Amino acid sequence: MSIRLRVNGTQHDLDVDPEMPLLWALRDLLTLTGTKYGCGQALCGACVVHIDGAAVRSCVTPVRRAEGRDVMTIEGLSPDGSHPLQKAWVELAVPQCGFCQAGQIMTAAALLAKKPKPTDAEIDQSLAGNLCRCGTYTRIRSAVKKAAGLPNE
Amino acid sequence: MSLRSKALGIVLGAGAAGVMLSLAFGAGCGGRAAHSTATKLPPADAQALRAPQAFSSIGDKKERSRALFLEASRVMFHPRCANCHPAGDTPTQGDDFRVHDPPVARGPADQGVPGLECTSCHQDRNVELARVPGAPQWHLAPKVMAWQGRTPRSLCEQLKDPARNGGKSLAEIVEHSAHDALVGWGWKPGDGRVPAPGTQAEYGALMAAWVKDGAECPREESQP
Repeated sequence: MSIRLRVNGTQHDLDVDPEMPLLWALRDLLTLTGTKYGCGQALCGACVVHIDGAAVRSCVTPVRRAEGRDVMTIEGLSPDGSHPLQKAWVELAVPQCGFCQAGQIMTAAALLAKKPKPTDAEIDQSLAGNLCRCGTYTRIRSAVKKAAGLPNE
Repeated sequence: MSLRSKALGIVLGAGAAGVMLSLAFGAGCGGRAAHSTATKLPPADAQALRAPQAFSSIGDKKERSRALFLEASRVMFHPRCANCHPAGDTPTQGDDFRVHDPPVARGPADQGVPGLECTSCHQDRNVELARVPGAPQWHLAPKVMAWQGRTPRSLCEQLKDPARNGGKSLAEIVEHSAHDALVGWGWKPGDGRVPAPGTQAEYGALMAAWVKDGAECPREESQP
């Protein structure tokens, strides 16, 4: 079955099982490997991408859900790594091993799109489902606040 | 005569064989019940619902309506249903009502928060390989529709109150109970989860019979 979707602004027609996880389509068929496979059960957040601006966990999202819609991966967040979150991530040296960071950034981007000036509690609530085994949580929160133009007290 | 002496004590022991529906009629004799009778209902195990016809032996229409609601409340209080009718700001999960993992928040529209919405993970159907439950319009019941911690009576009163039932008429509640897809997930929860008792059709029939007999609410002490 052919599924038509737009990924980072480019339209694709994929001949796939409509129940294939979107993550498989992105990584294996479109070679967009910035999005990571973590737990495969929507429990860690490493695979977060956007569909029409909303954060979804692509490891459990059937590709049919993205049909006719706009998918954005970490590769599409900015053409040159200049999204405020990406800049803050670099400036504060947020990642340790880095594996979870694409999901962290995509979740934070979905938050800032709807809440440009989030409180600490709102940041914590929105990122509560994104796990970082290296424990970079305090740096993640600082970077989100920096990207939002908020003071880091 | 005290209200208590007038009260009908209804005991519907779901899960036990040979269930008795005890009706003790107060007759105005100094607070003492002067007359009592007992109606035998067919047994029901934890996964079954009694059909409305099983309640036809209850002659009094109001009492029958109360008994029908108590039976239907076994569905509403079941973890598959009550987990997403929490009194707080996070859903629960499992058969022991443990806090949802990951620790999600209700959000202003009962659909989660930006970046971590209910539908960030939950799809329009169960994802069996990942064991993530799903159904159309997956979301939390608004806090005014909390079922956890309610008695059957308070649940009944809440369900009849348009301010706390989404502005629904009784007919709309019956329709919602019988046909809503998210409600229906309770009977096909996937991944070995224990479903709500009976079927959605049987639940809808109980709710319809409850309304037909007057939509009476159980007495405060009554339990299913």
